[in-house]
Amino acid sequence: MNTESDTVPKLPVESVVTDRRDSTRPFYWSVRRELWENRSIYIAPLIVAAVQVFGFAISTIGLAERRRAVLLLDPAKQRAAIEMPYDIAAMMMIFTVFIVGVFYCLDALHGERRDRSILFWKSLPVSDLTTVLSKATIPMVILPLVSFAIIVITHLIMLLMSSAVLIFHGVNPATTWAHFPVFQNWLVLLYGLVAIALWHAPIYGWALLISGWVRRATFLWAVLPLLAIGVFEKITFGTSHFGSFVKHRLMGFAAEAFDFQGRSKPMIDSLIQLTPGRYLSTPGLWIGLAFAAAFIAAAVRLRRYRGPL
Amino acid sequence: MACIEARGLRKVYGATIALDGVNLRVEEGRILGLIGPNGAGKTTALNAILGLTSYQGELKVLGRDPWATREELMRDVSFIADVAVLPRWMRVWQMLDYVAGVHPRFDRAKAEGFLAKTTIKHTSKVRQLSKGMVAQLHLALVMAIDAKLLVLDEPTLGLDILYRKQFYDSLLNDYFDRSRTIVVTTHQVDEIQDVLTDLMFIDRGRIVLECSMEEFESRYLEVMVNPEHVDAARALKPIYERPVFGRSVLLFDHADRHQLAALGEVRRPSIADLFVAVMGEEQRSAVSGQTSERGAR
Repeated sequence: MNTESDTVPKLPVESVVTDRRDSTRPFYWSVRRELWENRSIYIAPLIVAAVQVFGFAISTIGLAERRRAVLLLDPAKQRAAIEMPYDIAAMMMIFTVFIVGVFYCLDALHGERRDRSILFWKSLPVSDLTTVLSKATIPMVILPLVSFAIIVITHLIMLLMSSAVLIFHGVNPATTWAHFPVFQNWLVLLYGLVAIALWHAPIYGWALLISGWVRRATFLWAVLPLLAIGVFEKITFGTSHFGSFVKHRLMGFAAEAFDFQGRSKPMIDSLIQLTPGRYLSTPGLWIGLAFAAAFIAAAVRLRRYRGPL
Repeated sequence: MACIEARGLRKVYGATIALDGVNLRVEEGRILGLIGPNGAGKTTALNAILGLTSYQGELKVLGRDPWATREELMRDVSFIADVAVLPRWMRVWQMLDYVAGVHPRFDRAKAEGFLAKTTIKHTSKVRQLSKGMVAQLHLALVMAIDAKLLVLDEPTLGLDILYRKQFYDSLLNDYFDRSRTIVVTTHQVDEIQDVLTDLMFIDRGRIVLECSMEEFESRYLEVMVNPEHVDAARALKPIYERPVFGRSVLLFDHADRHQLAALGEVRRPSIADLFVAVMGEEQRSAVSGQTSERGAR
């Protein structure tokens, strides 16, 4: 028999029975749990950031000569040329976290069924609503925050590197800083990230629903029906409205949340170009959010019926 | 108040009837063994009790409807589904943090105490632990939860005998008290014979035998009959007969001990023997039932 067990002091009954309900935070711990399990949430953006910094470091070879040439252009073009690598870095990061978010959602309610751990999660007093909302929080809140932090850090490293290289070659680094108003750009970035997260909410909701629904091949189930509708429309009617609808859902936020003042390149020079009022009055935003809510509600309901695969 | 109370519990999956009108009452402080062949409806019954599946009929667990209130119910109910449900990517300390963070009745110090008696390290991932260690970890978590009902569905499947023995020993010595209730299903019936207070056989969605262990011991007797007494013994209508080393072992329900003692060596049957006897009877009646049905058509 287990003799050691006798040496363990028996806890007084009162201390065991105390209900710590007030000190539990199921939502907070469910989000932490997601971060423990899915380290790609921060590792993938970090790897992309490392590649960006490495690439930028190589590009600083000959930076001084290029900068001298740029400074001969008119001010608008100077600004565009100097800002470009920073904007590209930010956009690449936004694209990266979008991909991470979609694949995260496609696995979020499927993985726990595949590895049977859903039986463990369901043995704890955490509701399906809390669980699904904590998973929806990852692409809607956590990933935008992660990308914002990493983009800011990447920008700072790039600014410091370019300044150091320029000083070394006798060029005034103020030429960078003057054309790259860091705080304004980060404000624009933050605004853009919120706008994108809200716009993409139904995409994440759809991915969550599919991951809780199908038995296998979540990606195919999420994507192929859309493709099928597009192909059907093209063949039957010769039109591609559905394709434009999908494209609008992916990229449509930009035209509503920003005013590009008729320029071909999507450049933001001033905070006047941010149009939150127009964005918030876009029907597409609210229709999308309504769909997101419906998808998430369906995923919550579905999880109640779901067990291991 | 009964811990679990079911009336006419029914669950149908397509054409399969998993539970066919089960009536069941488990009082507080009992350790019930739910025994049945594969596909008998054990897991469906447990899933209904745990709020994991919908059902028809009436079911109350600790006074609540499990399907409607799983989340609240899980504050007072713990369960171990089988050895392989702990998330394999998780580290032991994460598991402790998480359960402490979401469960109002989890006593972390107690769980740490149980883990200290094992060789499980806090930094290990579940995937790095052996099957037996995963079972120890799960048991440590569950025993640190002050639950009113503990449900175990094949908790020791695939474990070696040392871990199995230790599992039930810990459960009895460090966890069970008369205010808790335990429901357990297992195929290793004989190992839990001395653990149980109540016994229930389930077959094809129906409860075919229900008794307390005291009742079991007074009701069923097994006799290894001397060859010369076999006919006399058979005349007493045994419910089952099996040959052992050329001699006959007969199982009796409600027989007179003194009368049997004259025929051979009387002993307490094992649950497994009774199970085989009862299930064999069930199967025969099912087959004859089918044939008579066919004849009627």
